[in-house]
Amino acid sequence: MASDPRYVRRFSRTERTLHWVHASAFFVLLASGLILYLPSLSELVGRRPFVKDVHFDTALAWLVAIALVVALGDRRGLRRTLAELDAFDEDDRLWLRRIDRPQGRFNAGQKVNAALTAAFALLFTVSGFLLWYGERDHRFRFASTILLHDGLMYVSLVLLVGHLYLALIYPATRHALRGMTTGSVRRDWALQHHRKWVDEDG
Amino acid sequence: MDSPGETRRYGRRTFLAVTAAGLSSLAWGKPVWQAFSHATQPLQDALLPPGLLPDGWRIYTVAASMPRFDPGTWRLQIDGLVEQPQSLTYDELRRLPRAEQVSTFHCVTGWSVKNVRWAGVRFRDLLAPARPLANGTVLSFVSAEKPYVDTLTLRQAELHDAMLAYEMDGAPLAREHGAPVRVVIPEMYGYKNVKWVERITVADAVESGYWEQRGYDVDAWVGRSNGF
Repeated sequence: MASDPRYVRRFSRTERTLHWVHASAFFVLLASGLILYLPSLSELVGRRPFVKDVHFDTALAWLVAIALVVALGDRRGLRRTLAELDAFDEDDRLWLRRIDRPQGRFNAGQKVNAALTAAFALLFTVSGFLLWYGERDHRFRFASTILLHDGLMYVSLVLLVGHLYLALIYPATRHALRGMTTGSVRRDWALQHHRKWVDEDG
Repeated sequence: MDSPGETRRYGRRTFLAVTAAGLSSLAWGKPVWQAFSHATQPLQDALLPPGLLPDGWRIYTVAASMPRFDPGTWRLQIDGLVEQPQSLTYDELRRLPRAEQVSTFHCVTGWSVKNVRWAGVRFRDLLAPARPLANGTVLSFVSAEKPYVDTLTLRQAELHDAMLAYEMDGAPLAREHGAPVRVVIPEMYGYKNVKWVERITVADAVESGYWEQRGYDVDAWVGRSNGF
């Protein structure tokens, strides 16, 4: 596929693994979290201590898996990706003001989404740890911890719905999903949506 | 000002700003949220159909499944340091003097539900037929959800707004809220408000309840215990 001139490679194996580790952990955490949170689901499912263990163990597995992917994967590539996500040039700033400008491998919206996802991952981890540890040491229990954890869930849900819409439904953008599964996207599509990146890579 | 062609590190700024806001919200989250939801209450009432948002309750359980209430076989046992042990049917319990109240329920994990309407029996009325002995100063509440148990002193149980509740918000207590009867003591955190009560034992010493064996305070006064 890499030799097929109609396609360009967008995401490395490390990037894709990171994405799918994060996505699958998120769905398990969301499902088990909602069972713990919504009374109707709590009653339907029962077995709260078990669901709590699933939620907690998934969070641990998620952290370990992320660390493993970073440790064993293409770290130099990840650093480059991080630098790309960090940098907003003038085209990005105009794009965010809804002015059509050529974009790099990530458009400005994807860069914002990446920054939010990273911050949320950290905040979910800290507040989740405090919920767990606060049960064991009361000096670490704060009245607002659960509010932060719940609030992150609500905002994440909104971001997730938008993400799924763009990746699965919206005709102009859903081809991007191919990049996250196989690694490459159609050159003509990339030229339309990420022209600066295709131009750079030649 | 943005000068053309210049690259700005908005990615890390976004990350750091959101992280800082989130972490600091551990200090200001609850009061700000309470003020906000109080201020927007009329708007919520006008715009949102009831039942759309979670009603604020979280259902905490410790066993694999919730006890199921069967009115035909259910009995409330009252025993221990009493002259006349009791075994009450649901109908007998409902015929005792009825008390009603509106109170706020506080969970030790940080959430609260305001203005819950309870109906039930005050402990003084509930215990009178059993005639507790003079040395019986503690009530031990045994839940049908094993192994959940917790205790109140008689003085705590006789607070003006403590009761054994069988109705919540105008309807018989729902299964997830402890059907058919639960302890309600608004001045203490939720874990003292034992659900699915099936036995009340009068004793002379306080025992550690389920969560107290796991490090929580025995006297769970709202705002004055468990590190708050």
